[in-house]
Amino acid sequence: MRQMKTRVWSKNTRSNLITYGIVIAAYLVVEVMMRAGMISSLLKGLLVPLCMYVILAVSLNLTVGILGELSLGHAGFMCVGAFSSAVFSKCMLEAVPAGGVRFFLAILVGAAFAALFGILVGIPVLRLKGDYLAIVTLAFGEIIKNIVNVIFLGRDSRGFHISTKDAFSLNLEADGEMIINGPQGITGTPQNSSFFIGIILILITLFIVINLVNSRTGRAIMAIRDNRIAAESVGINITKYKLLAFTVSASLAGVAGVLYAHNLSTLAATPKNFGYNMSIMILVFVVLGGIGNIRGSIIAAVVLTLLPEMLRSLNDYRMLIYAVVLIVTMIFTSSPGGRAFRERYSLKLLFGGKNQAKEGE
Amino acid sequence: MMGFISYLVNGISLGSVYAIIALGYTMVYGIAKMLNFAHGDVIMIGGFVVFTTVSGMGLPPMIGILISVVACTVLGVVIERIAYKPLRGASKLAVLITAIGVSYFLQNVALLIYGANTKSFTSVVTIPPLSLAGGSLIISGETMVTITACIVIMIVLTSFIKYSKSGRAMLAVSEDSGAAQLMGVNVNATIALTFAIGSALAAIAGVLLCSSYPSLTPYTGAMPGIKAFVAAVFGGIGSIPGAFIGGILLGVIEILGKAYISSQLADAIVFAVLIVVLLVKPTGLLGRQIQEKV
Repeated sequence: MRQMKTRVWSKNTRSNLITYGIVIAAYLVVEVMMRAGMISSLLKGLLVPLCMYVILAVSLNLTVGILGELSLGHAGFMCVGAFSSAVFSKCMLEAVPAGGVRFFLAILVGAAFAALFGILVGIPVLRLKGDYLAIVTLAFGEIIKNIVNVIFLGRDSRGFHISTKDAFSLNLEADGEMIINGPQGITGTPQNSSFFIGIILILITLFIVINLVNSRTGRAIMAIRDNRIAAESVGINITKYKLLAFTVSASLAGVAGVLYAHNLSTLAATPKNFGYNMSIMILVFVVLGGIGNIRGSIIAAVVLTLLPEMLRSLNDYRMLIYAVVLIVTMIFTSSPGGRAFRERYSLKLLFGGKNQAKEGE
Repeated sequence: MMGFISYLVNGISLGSVYAIIALGYTMVYGIAKMLNFAHGDVIMIGGFVVFTTVSGMGLPPMIGILISVVACTVLGVVIERIAYKPLRGASKLAVLITAIGVSYFLQNVALLIYGANTKSFTSVVTIPPLSLAGGSLIISGETMVTITACIVIMIVLTSFIKYSKSGRAMLAVSEDSGAAQLMGVNVNATIALTFAIGSALAAIAGVLLCSSYPSLTPYTGAMPGIKAFVAAVFGGIGSIPGAFIGGILLGVIEILGKAYISSQLADAIVFAVLIVVLLVKPTGLLGRQIQEKV
């Protein structure tokens, strides 16, 4: 009996080590290829966004897969992380001249602000269930995006000035600088993000999520997911654990936002980057990767980001193909008919379905 | 004062469009228990069909609208048959992602055919505007038609569901599809019918929306779709009077918010009201309280 338990655990640990290994191996391969000049500039520009999507997918998997609540507002937390960290970086440009230290602090600021919003949003939202919860997270995401678009923040010798109307009502002195310029957002953010830092952040995210899942806390969270009433009756504090998972997830999305904000020199909240479409795209990564399967999220995020780029030669047809791939994959992996088909031909699962979270139980 | 009434009328008009879209959402949700994210894009397709037939081919508006309704009805049934029917019994999330896939598909088909440029839509309404209170309050023909259409649809739909055999079959399936099947209701046909009605309503909503706000792109339907979804949740998803009330309220809140608070924050206000309503009544205004069994 004891022996069997050790075996199960080691299998779990091995699986996690493979996940870390895949990320590190991917980094090494890309790095070698980059040295050898085998990577196009297009792909080079995609490396940091790829890291960002992986972090977003893994963090959303914590909410959707481990906690079992459908969130459609993940991009909102990313938005909070991006803007708070970009404001921090811009203000500290002179105070902390060392780019590395400043970026490290910016990551902490972004994560902290996103976590704060995670708590603020989580307390009311987590009282709801199912589709109602989904639509309210979507609403919160849109509200965050809209509010960011009307903020005007400036700084001069008298301190900070904030307005929701326009840049003139700030009454800045002649030497004052605009930090957030409403819909134009933030310009001149230092570009500190790199592929290397992205990979480090992915590894940290994985470390946090995997250890959380395999801890006592993680088992409590999964117990709530599987049967809330049973979990409550054995003394698990539902609100506490739900909020914990939601906040960690939000905070990690904030980290992805920091990476995004420091990758480009301009940062503006548009429907494309922080709208509900982004949240939905991340959800697609999570579902196609296999709900609750961390490694699946990573693979799906990478494949589904690269797929439209690889199909670039097909121009206008690429998003059409993407849509068809999405529908066909879902029918193939999730429908009763598709499952029977796979079993008949005993196809190995390509897109998850194996619930890693359940292995630990 | 006249300004307020004029905003209110505009709000009710926009709300009527939301209500018509929300009816489609709520019926599909009630019966298939799925969030049909592609519903908003059916609106867009409906708008484009009228654009092609009326502005492009020069057909009379009524014929154009008729073709649009038929096309969207067929589209709705085909989508249901190809994308959603195989997933019956699959997890909710899988169906949701498929619906998102269908939404991307429709947007990109429209993008391929019509391109990304904004098309200006010629209003199909030819009724002259109504001038009240000595010209200080002008109600456009579009507004009158939209509000009338919404009321007519509401009455027809309610009586259809209450008195016709297929309507009652819909109620039965939404109540308990297993039991309904045992009683001889053809569940698959009922679901297909629901999609057909929902999509036909979407086509009408598309025409009305584009007549009042005359610009058409492949993404026209997305935001009204989301708003109508919010309206459906607001009124209690699955409830038909709820969708009506939710839609009207949402439109009024949006227009008044735009006029008196901030035009950029209008969407945020709409969503904030939704959050407050759901926190007070977790299943919407007219939603049924779900009893939890241990």
